[in-house]
Amino acid sequence: MRIYAICVYVFLYTPIAIIALFSFSAGRSASQLEGLSVKWYGRALNNPFVMDALGNSLFVAFVSATLASILGTLAAVGLQGIRGPARAFFDALIYIAVMIPGIVIGIATLIALVSVFGFINPWLAAMWPEGEAAPQLSMGMGSLIAAHTMFTLALVIIIVRARLAGLEGALNEASADLYATPFGTFRQITLPLIAPAILAGFLLSFTFSFDDFIIAFFVAGSETTLPIYIFSSIRRGITPEVNAIGTMVMVASLIMLVIAQLILRRGAKR
Amino acid sequence: MTQRTRNWLLVAPAGTWLLVMLVLPLSVVFIFSFGERAPSGGYVPAFTFEQYANLPARFTAFKNTLMLAPLGTLAALIIAYPLAYQLAVHTSDKWKTLLLVLVIVPFWTSILIRSYAWIFILGGRGIPALLDIVGVEDVRLINTSFAVLVGIIYGYLPLMVFPIYVSLDRLDKRLLEASSDLGAHPFSTFLKVTLPMSISGIATGCMLVFILLMGEFLIPALLGGGKVFFVGNALVDLFLQSRNWAYGSAVAVMLIVIMLVTVTLYMRLISRLNGQREDAPLM
Repeated sequence: MRIYAICVYVFLYTPIAIIALFSFSAGRSASQLEGLSVKWYGRALNNPFVMDALGNSLFVAFVSATLASILGTLAAVGLQGIRGPARAFFDALIYIAVMIPGIVIGIATLIALVSVFGFINPWLAAMWPEGEAAPQLSMGMGSLIAAHTMFTLALVIIIVRARLAGLEGALNEASADLYATPFGTFRQITLPLIAPAILAGFLLSFTFSFDDFIIAFFVAGSETTLPIYIFSSIRRGITPEVNAIGTMVMVASLIMLVIAQLILRRGAKR
Repeated sequence: MTQRTRNWLLVAPAGTWLLVMLVLPLSVVFIFSFGERAPSGGYVPAFTFEQYANLPARFTAFKNTLMLAPLGTLAALIIAYPLAYQLAVHTSDKWKTLLLVLVIVPFWTSILIRSYAWIFILGGRGIPALLDIVGVEDVRLINTSFAVLVGIIYGYLPLMVFPIYVSLDRLDKRLLEASSDLGAHPFSTFLKVTLPMSISGIATGCMLVFILLMGEFLIPALLGGGKVFFVGNALVDLFLQSRNWAYGSAVAVMLIVIMLVTVTLYMRLISRLNGQREDAPLM
């Protein structure tokens, strides 16, 4: 049994180790180790395309995770008091958002937005004062953030709702008995109790958005995110530089995971 | 402001977002699936079932998806279960957390990067080269169904281990002792106590993995080399290369229908296996 477990761990970590190892190759070949060097890391960090893609990824992940956390928490709290068909409809929406494959969400968003923009743009141009260039709506950071927020919103709602369900109603009643306003109760009682869940939702959303390739592939327009950059690099042929980028992304995810764990553990202790 | 209005105001922003970014796009796909391709690519409004009639032309993509998704799910389950069992039942608390985190860490690193690592391992200079030394020559692994299956198992194994571990960890270990005290063989204890108690974890794990596999694009694209492709790859091809939105929409609608049917049937089956218990958590 123990040997079996060790085998599975070897299976899980060999590919990761290989990428990390080959990223230190001194030669140009990505599949042969020709001496050790960190030059590919320097090359990656000085590559403006990589840095641009990284910046885009971080920005999109931060904005969409923030929006999803705020809107999702509000919705989870509001949903507690809603019953009947409206509730069933909302639950169905969340279920659909989680169940529909990312690729379908990607193409659906692409054709819907392109169609809507195709309808609005001529109208905008007609409305615009003569002589000035009218703004053109197109796919890009905006559509990317909107799509990622939709997807991660569902996750946040699920996570926060699970935490809310575990809270005791007695606390709210006690607070109301002591003449706290509903908002006061929320701010002083509910919010601190669900804070770890919100934070977990934020971090999960951030990671999903940062790692997402498939939705971004469709809705990012001419913008590039890090996964899109890595994918197109692999298509052109794997280089030690791609391995170096991959290794750095993995290390960064790992650090985020550790930080998330520490925050959540502190939250749970309180 | 009444309680009712307040609740609605809280839900409204998220609801609007889901309507605009989920319901609208899915409705557009549904409507477009009855349309026609514009001569220059894109969509012309129409009401025809032609696109659906043409679906058999993409039979291979559906066949690959419907074979490899369940197969990959099953293989992941078979590999994950003993590990989850070992972690939940036979590992001391001191090591449990660390070992569990070690399972999840790969899942938290980009599936893109983890998948392309297999191009090295399965490619000409990887395992085939090692086999060559042993004397087994000309083994081709990359760009085969096998490569895609390995990629799938590797990518989704952590997602399978976790729910099974949770269900086994909740299991009261005294039940296992009781069973053996009553003279049950360890294997029959496993069949009659452990396995039924972990059905909800198995169900959750299989469903998560299966749902993600149905829409898979990256792994076949990287490890299947254009030979082993899924519905996801057909969709990318139809929307971005041939720009046939109407036909692509029909393929997407078909994929969703197949998913809805299989997942619903599967949940029915699981709830029957579970008897009257309705506690199988989805997430």
